Amino acid sequence: MALLEIAGLRKVFGQVVANDHVDLTVMPGETHAILGENGAGKSTLIKMISGLYKPDAGTILFDGALRNFNNPREAIVAGIGVVHQHFMLIPALTVAENVVLGIHGGWGRYDRKTAEEQVSKLSKEVGLPLDPTRKVEDLPVGMQQRVEIVKALYRQAKLLVLDEPTAVLTPQETEDLFEVVHHLNQDGIPVIFISHKLDEVRAVAHKVTVMRAGKTVFESPVGSASAQQLAYWMVGRDIVLQTQRDVVQSGATVLSVNDLTVFDDRHTKKVDNVSFAVKEGEIFGLAGVDGNGQTELVEAITGLRKLAHGSVYLQDKDISRASVAKRIEQGIAYIPQDRQRDGLVLPFSIADNLQLREVSKAPFSKGGWLQKRAARKHAEQLVEEFDIRPRNVDLPVGDLSGGNQQKVILAREMARRPMLLVAVQPTRGLDVGAIEGIHKHLLALRSEGRSILLVSLELDEILMLSDRIGVMHAGHLVAVYNNGEVSREELGLAMTGEITAKEAGA
Amino acid sequence: MNFFLQVFGNPELYASTLAMATPLALAALGGTFSERTGVVNIAMEGIMLVGAFFGVMIAVLTHSSLLGLLAGMVAGIITSLALAWPAIRLQSDQVIIGMAINVFAGGLTAFLLNTVYGYNGTPTNTPFLPTITIPGLVKIPFLGQVIGQQNLLVYVMLILVVVGHYVLFHTNIGLQMRAVGEHPEAAATVGVSVVNIRYLGVSIGGMLSGMAGVYLSLGLLNGFDVNMTNGRGYIALAAMIFGKWTPFGSLLSSLLFGFAIALSISLQGYQVSANLVGMLPYVLTIVALTGIIGRSRAPLADGIPYEPSK
Repeated sequence: MALLEIAGLRKVFGQVVANDHVDLTVMPGETHAILGENGAGKSTLIKMISGLYKPDAGTILFDGALRNFNNPREAIVAGIGVVHQHFMLIPALTVAENVVLGIHGGWGRYDRKTAEEQVSKLSKEVGLPLDPTRKVEDLPVGMQQRVEIVKALYRQAKLLVLDEPTAVLTPQETEDLFEVVHHLNQDGIPVIFISHKLDEVRAVAHKVTVMRAGKTVFESPVGSASAQQLAYWMVGRDIVLQTQRDVVQSGATVLSVNDLTVFDDRHTKKVDNVSFAVKEGEIFGLAGVDGNGQTELVEAITGLRKLAHGSVYLQDKDISRASVAKRIEQGIAYIPQDRQRDGLVLPFSIADNLQLREVSKAPFSKGGWLQKRAARKHAEQLVEEFDIRPRNVDLPVGDLSGGNQQKVILAREMARRPMLLVAVQPTRGLDVGAIEGIHKHLLALRSEGRSILLVSLELDEILMLSDRIGVMHAGHLVAVYNNGEVSREELGLAMTGEITAKEAGA
Repeated sequence: MNFFLQVFGNPELYASTLAMATPLALAALGGTFSERTGVVNIAMEGIMLVGAFFGVMIAVLTHSSLLGLLAGMVAGIITSLALAWPAIRLQSDQVIIGMAINVFAGGLTAFLLNTVYGYNGTPTNTPFLPTITIPGLVKIPFLGQVIGQQNLLVYVMLILVVVGHYVLFHTNIGLQMRAVGEHPEAAATVGVSVVNIRYLGVSIGGMLSGMAGVYLSLGLLNGFDVNMTNGRGYIALAAMIFGKWTPFGSLLSSLLFGFAIALSISLQGYQVSANLVGMLPYVLTIVALTGIIGRSRAPLADGIPYEPSK
């Protein structure tokens, strides 16, 4: 009998259908992988299983009873242990304190010794030896993950859900984790393993369910599904709508990135020796699964992050060490990934946001005084040109819809007629209509002979807009293709690291 | 040389240090409980004032200093709820509410003093908290003169510091308090009630600040006077931070500040500017708050309102 049986699960946020017709059956003692791209709805599904979201429709049958969790606590009590991607641990407390926290309610004495003994014993039993007296903040990430797993098992979890567990692990730690998963299976505890990495799924899971666009589209034992098959289901079989792209003679090189190496805040190498060039009138699409170095690469190009090695040239000028302001002046425009955090000042009006980047220059200010009339005029023109709704330029941008907020950014960045536009996920979270509008503007900019570096997690978007496509995996630019000479499956395989170091048409 | 011996060799100086440190340590211990659960408590100054006033009022009415003490503690808890409710339920800015309580408490107690007791202030026959003599201990030379004979609350304070340490670091409720002050979301996922724990922490803070106020008006000084706390709530805040949000640390740094106060009092008999010496504890406070001497780390969620997930 199945331990977990999910049928017809559905969750809607506003107008976005995050999960629809989701079915999942997990048997005792098996590892069941859920495979899917970012935004395929995996996290939403997990949040419903763990009691963070309430489904709009469908049923969750767990351990022989119909479940309707009101909060995470009820899911824990029922026996569902979830290790979230962002750990729910208290850094200043010890391992043992984290594990037993909340179990012994009451006011009484906290029996440190017994707790530490229990945690030590349990962690050894499941093959995850831990020192219960260490503070969590002093442990490496892999160890912290063990604490989370032991915490779930200490609470008598009958099912363990691991949400993208390998994202933060080194290869060796990943191997260790797989051992633990096998061990748990032998003890009869099934594991739901969320991932977007094909090789891992094939290494650890018995069964796999593929999600795409909020739906479960494919289920099979891992052994009887090939990598190609899984990649095919993962990235979808929809025929790409071919947007009309005029042929633009590719001209001189606008951006060239040479042997670029970049580290993230935690001193991990995120971009490893990457080189490519973007030409005049070209859209260069950068595809890849989230977290494979795209963010750091873009930050190094726009000047937000120091590069460790290599160089960045804009036309023939070396801008490797130039300030952000200098790069803007040289002609780089930037659409950041998080429009609300990095792109806009939400309480400011449309007009103020539109003049923000050049507010210290004429005509927006003279001798330090703001020229409100000039800002209004400028804003009114752009609102018309980019169809920003409503047409009221005094409205705070925080009151606009996501699509219109994005248009404000687009208008601000494009109004400067930049030599190079770096657009990161420009259509993230937008509805179809808004997406189309943004795409139209990007293609128009290209027709003027400007260059665009487009970073997107949506393969459809990359295929629709790009002239050439680079694929990033684990910090490497593993392949560069001419659009039209590559299949979705091939791209999908490159994104998951199944194809390495293939150069095409560069 | 003679001068130094006269000042620093005098056990009175150290007895006075302990007496001066007591209100600071009580409030700092209370603040520790509040901030360990994640609610910044700068309202100690105001809560002490309220506690000091109601301590005197009830002591005069009932002719019992102990009932006065109880009243001051209850008044402290009630005042602290004025911080707790907006901070926890409404997710308001805790520093601003704390500031508002301090200003309000100053006005309220001044108003009540004038209305209830008129121009002459609180009665001179107010019953005061008893001074306790510890037999045996008091006979030991020097040490006995320092801690053998002190106000009741001095001993209560010393006991409470030990109890506070035990509760915070050796009980389940203490573990839950520390968890909530560090990462309330994680505490909530394992079933800890963030809201209840924070109310508890702030109330303990209010109770102890109220007690500190009563010590001022019924122990250290005789009666209530307008703004009699004179910044002690802020010094206690500094002592708490300087003590790295721990009971023993709070006690030690309170003793340091108490020593500065005691020294400034004892130096007044000598040829040193009284104003200059009077600055000593406050200068020390500023030094402590800038974190020049050993940076201490506040609970991670200190001052950050917790919003339960939808």
